[in-house]
Order: sequence, then C-alpha cells, then structure tokens
Amino acid sequence: MKKEFKVISELILQNSKVLDVGCGDGELMKFLKDNKTSKIRGLEISKNKVQNCLSKGLTVIEGNAENDLQQFPNNSFDFVILSQTLQAFLDPEKVISELLRVGKKAIVTIPNFGYWKVRLNLLIKGTMPVTENLPNEWYNTPNLHMCTIRDFFNFCSKREIKIFKSLALKNDKTLNLSSKNLAWRNLESQLGIFLIEK
Amino acid sequence: MNKLKQTKNIIITKPQKLDCGKEISNFPISYETYGTLNEKRDNAILVFHALTGDQFASGKNPITNKDGWWSYALGSGKAIDTEKFFVICANVIGGCMGSYGPSTIDEETGKPIGTNFPVITINDMVNAQYNLLEHFEIDKLYAVIGGSMGGMQVLQFVSNFPDKAHIAIPIACTSSHSAQNIAFNELGRQAILADTNWKSGFYEENKISPDKGLAVARMAAHITYLSKKGLQEKFGRKLQERDDLKFSFDADFQIESYLRYQGSVFVDRFDANSYLYITRAMDYFDLSKQFNGSLSAAFSKTTSKFFVISFTSDWLYPTAENREIVIALNAIGADVGFVEIESDKGHDSFLLDVPDFLDTLGNFLKTNYKTVNEKRI
Repeated sequence: MKKEFKVISELILQNSKVLDVGCGDGELMKFLKDNKTSKIRGLEISKNKVQNCLSKGLTVIEGNAENDLQQFPNNSFDFVILSQTLQAFLDPEKVISELLRVGKKAIVTIPNFGYWKVRLNLLIKGTMPVTENLPNEWYNTPNLHMCTIRDFFNFCSKREIKIFKSLALKNDKTLNLSSKNLAWRNLESQLGIFLIEK
Repeated sequence: MNKLKQTKNIIITKPQKLDCGKEISNFPISYETYGTLNEKRDNAILVFHALTGDQFASGKNPITNKDGWWSYALGSGKAIDTEKFFVICANVIGGCMGSYGPSTIDEETGKPIGTNFPVITINDMVNAQYNLLEHFEIDKLYAVIGGSMGGMQVLQFVSNFPDKAHIAIPIACTSSHSAQNIAFNELGRQAILADTNWKSGFYEENKISPDKGLAVARMAAHITYLSKKGLQEKFGRKLQERDDLKFSFDADFQIESYLRYQGSVFVDRFDANSYLYITRAMDYFDLSKQFNGSLSAAFSKTTSKFFVISFTSDWLYPTAENREIVIALNAIGADVGFVEIESDKGHDSFLLDVPDFLDTLGNFLKTNYKTVNEKRI
C-alpha cells in the first residue's frame, strides 16, 4: 500500500465515520475498514472503479465531489479524505469548504508543486514540469490548480482554516511540517498531508 | 388459463386493509421458488417483478414456454445464484398469473371479478407478499431485489418492514411516478378502454378480450423501455421482408413489425384489466407523499444496506430519479452504494445481458453475504 495511505490512516481515530472522496479502487477504504472503522463510505467519479468497490462490498456512490457532496448533511462524518485530487477541481475552494461542512475534520493531501525537481524542470528546461508524481504534459494533465505546500498553508490562514496537523512526504519518509521548516519542506517533499478543521 | 392451476399458491386468510379502504381476506398469492432454503433460514431473497412480470423469474415459464423474465440474472451460477440463495418471487396482487386480481373468479357469481376488483397500490402489493415470510418461516430476508416497479416494491418493503432485509437493491426505479410516467401509463389504459371488446372490464364473461387495445398499450410501453440509440442500431430504417416501400399501411419497417409482434404475443399472456390495475398502482406510487413529503423519513428506521442501480440510457426512470433515493438515504446516514451502469439498452437493461450490471450485482450479493454471516457469528 502507498505510504501516503498509511499516514492518512494513522490520522484517523478508531470507529469514526469516514468519507473517502475520490476513493478510486477502494484500496484505502478497504484498509481502513479492516483496521480502523466499519463506518466508511466512498465517493468516486469513475463507473468502473465504483463497480470494483461495490463488488468488494465497499459502500461507494458514483458521483463528483463538486456536485455530489452537497447531498450529505453538515458534520455527517468525523473525517473526510481527499487524496491528491484537490488540484483537479474547477473550484478547489468550494470543494474545501464542502469537505469542512460535511466532515468535522478533513484530511487533504496535495502533490507539491514547490518540490525542487519541479522547480528545476521549469527553471532549466523552460517547459511545464513533468515528474514521477506529475507525469502528464500541460495539454493532457487533469491538474487545473496546482499548488505548493506553502500555497496551501497560506490558503488555510487566509480562509481561517485550522491546520490541526501537517506532514510532508519525502521519498516515502514522513517528515513533520510546520511554519518553522516550511521553506525547506516545501523544497524537499513531493507530498503535503494536512489535517484541517473549520 | 387452465395451466394456472399448476402454479404454487398460498391462501392469505388474514384480512388485509387496502389503501383504498377496502378489506380483503382469503385471497391467493401465486409464487415460485428457486434454490434451497438453508437450515439457518438466512439465505432467502425476495424478488419483486415489474409491470408485466410474474412469479416465473427463472427457468421455463410454464404458461409461455419461454425463459423466465430474469433468466439472465437469476439461476444456478448467475448473479442471484440459486446454488447459494433461496429465491422467492410472487405474482403481485392485481396480476393475472394466479394471484388475487381482476381475472380471479368471484365465488359468489362464478364470474371473473373484472373491474369490481379494488384499485390497489404498491403498498398493498408489498403487504400481501409479506405473508410469504411467515409462510416460509423466514425471520429476516437476506435481500429484497427488484427492477422498475419491482424496485418501487423494494423501497416500499424496507419502509414498511425496516428490519426484515439485510440488503435492499432497487434497480432502475423511482420513489415517485413522474408526470411523464403517468402520461405513458394513461396512454396504455386509454388504448384498452377504447377497444369495444373491453366492455367496462367484464369481457371475460362474454368470452372476448380487448386484445387490440392491450396490444397497442404494450407497443407504446415497449418503446419507452428501449433507447433511441438501441432502436436505431437494431432497426434503423431497415425494411421488413421487402425491397422497397409499399405505399400502404402494412408494416414496411422492421421496427413496425417488431412492435406488432411484441403486442401480439403480449395479449396471449396478459390480462387487460390487470394492465389497468397495475399501471394505476404505479401511478399512485409516491413514497415521499406517504411521509409528508420527506423521502428520508420513509427510511428513517431502516437497518438495510442499500445498493441503488441505474442505467445511462434509461429515460423512463432516469439516473436523476434513482439518485434522489440515494440522496434521501445519505441525508439520514444510511448505508447506500450507487452506480449508474453504462448501457444503450434503455430501461430494459436490467432484464438483459449487461455484463457490468450482472457482475456487480453478483459480486455485491456474494461479498455481503459473507459479511452478514460473520457479523452473526
């Protein structure tokens, strides 16, 4: 299993109610169901992936986070997870506010555009960066709103979103992340993981 | 209709109050079963049929000598696997395959009841079929499953009996019949009423039947079960056994011939009055109205795990209407999964060979049966 999922699952309390937004094939859901909580739901846009999840006995709804989160009542989950998809939405700001309405807490992970390889790519080659984490070209990438770890920090403080806990992943190593080491972490890590609360 | 005597029946002696206010008792329910009920009596599935379905969901239908209406989904090794599950399917009341309906013989007059039969509802159908649980001494069903009107019965069942099914699978249905749905049903009914053989519903005693009206009703309805794309691909403008147009009102086009055939075989197996009563029951179906406009309230006590399924090309009960059920269930935190299956076979997709649908349904039933059993131990 991906290191990212292990880190996410460590943030989740036993027996809490969880919604995995963009749950894909249900890998994280299955792990959480077996180890943390049976009260887990998923939302996924791809029909095939939803069918896979349902076949595995996972409770998943076909839908799009931008339109279909609105059906869930306020605070209906303890945790809402959004793994590496924030940048793909037309309106990431709206999605974040929906996550924080539906969930008491949200776990958001972002591929870091401030990672040194990304910066170097643009600086040296003068082309839009293509890396292991961001494998697409500018013309076929699903990522509309890339941001850096620092951008997300700034966004949270502007919108008065509390960052409960923040971590960074550097080559599968978990690092603590705070305003003190932000400049460095923003350069060396591929992924930012944020536990946030309104 | 003598063959009907071979169907399995139970007589419901307990009086049942209908939504129209009338009370019925000592009435028959015809049913069929598939597979074997296990010792723990926990592997039973109640399947509800759609408008023109019957209890013969799988195997050979003894009346029509054709495959049962859900043969693709139900049987040994199929999605609803009869090696594993015990499946019960009953003819709805109002139907014409042995259950209490307008063609049942009134003992007092010795004649078919005809339009003296009370107007029934989906709720009445479900309450009548609930007696089967008692009959088979089943405390809790593993699942209730149905498509179209069968799906409406699933919703009504879990609303009426919130702790009597572990799993509820409403397929290609709605919680409230739309104006368009009612309009198409009215078209079918008017076709029957316009047939001079209908005789206000007392045609059987005159040994005639409004076949023409019923055939037209079926033809119109059949169009609503298919998609434009499906029709175009299958028939297009292909001509029927001719090289050119005949400049007449014969069936020049294959689609015309196909619809006429569908109409003609339908009248051999279906009763016109039943068509009137059952379409009426569908039109009256509005689950949220039963709960003062809140669909969520209809499910507030439910403990069932739901799986809602719709099809991309179904314009009769479109995805948006199925999604309303999902939304209502989510609003109360019920356990609900949902998928819209890709298919160009229209509303009929749930009856046909659509592998994505059959695989997902089969896996869902199998996987959850394990979980339900583990919980019990």
